[in-house]
Amino acid sequence: MTVIAIAFYLLALVTLASGLMVITAKNPVHSVLYLILAFFSSAGLFILLGAEFLAMLLVVVYVGAVAVLFLFVVMMLDVDFIKLRQGFANYLPVGLVIGLVLVVELVMVSIAIAQKGAAAGSQPLVATAAEPNIKMIGHALYSTYIYLFEAAGFVLLVAMVGAIVLTLRTRPNVKRQDIYKQVTRRRKDAVEIVPVKTGEGISE
Amino acid sequence: MTIDLVHYLTVSAILFTIGVLGIFLNRRNIIIILMSLELILLSTNINFVAFSAYLHDVQGQIMAMFVLTVAAAEAAVGLAILVTFFRNRGDIAVDDASMMKG
Repeated sequence: MTVIAIAFYLLALVTLASGLMVITAKNPVHSVLYLILAFFSSAGLFILLGAEFLAMLLVVVYVGAVAVLFLFVVMMLDVDFIKLRQGFANYLPVGLVIGLVLVVELVMVSIAIAQKGAAAGSQPLVATAAEPNIKMIGHALYSTYIYLFEAAGFVLLVAMVGAIVLTLRTRPNVKRQDIYKQVTRRRKDAVEIVPVKTGEGISE
Repeated sequence: MTIDLVHYLTVSAILFTIGVLGIFLNRRNIIIILMSLELILLSTNINFVAFSAYLHDVQGQIMAMFVLTVAAAEAAVGLAILVTFFRNRGDIAVDDASMMKG
């Protein structure tokens, strides 16, 4: 049990510290890297909770796709990030006060729920070899939540179309290969035979 | 020294607060704001999975998966809007974005 406790405190500490570094780092590239660390260590927390499939999904989706997307955009944009940090110190006192109040309230509600709620005193669900985590998720996802699953697919499709429409740009004055035009071109479109009188030349 | 539900809920609460604080502190830098949103959604996911484990019900993990889907879609569209905004204005300071006088 103590091994699990040590693992929990280590992963929780790394998650929270890197979360804090995400919002305070001077360089946004460092912020993205700390975001990756936060996602990685919370995937470890998911494994401690017995949600192995979701932990792997978190690593694949967030670290593999979202964080790389962030990194790509941060490196692509040529922005003076020092100028964007103006006002950081101005908002710090009021932000800290509101944050402190928020965290105290949330922790109080958490303690109340953990002591009196439906989950009071229960142990985490341990997946067995006969009923592993992925099997439980599959049973629920493809039966009870099948329409929601389809809807999630549509959400991703709409997001993909939206992202492409927003970022696609057609540049004027750029020559591109038009294969249809090339293939349908005939001799009479390109070549004209003009009888030229001797000593006169042709004028259009 | 057993790890209980309240431990996970506390981690989630602190992470949520860090995300909200990130939106407060970096009001001009929209990239950090988007990352703070990701942190908030991550704390929601930790809550979902913790309750799912301690209530012995897999529904919470399904919901966390849908939250993950929406978060990925949100990040993609948000960054696309950011790139378009940068292309139009040459800057990403969000407090200058007052063209619509909202």
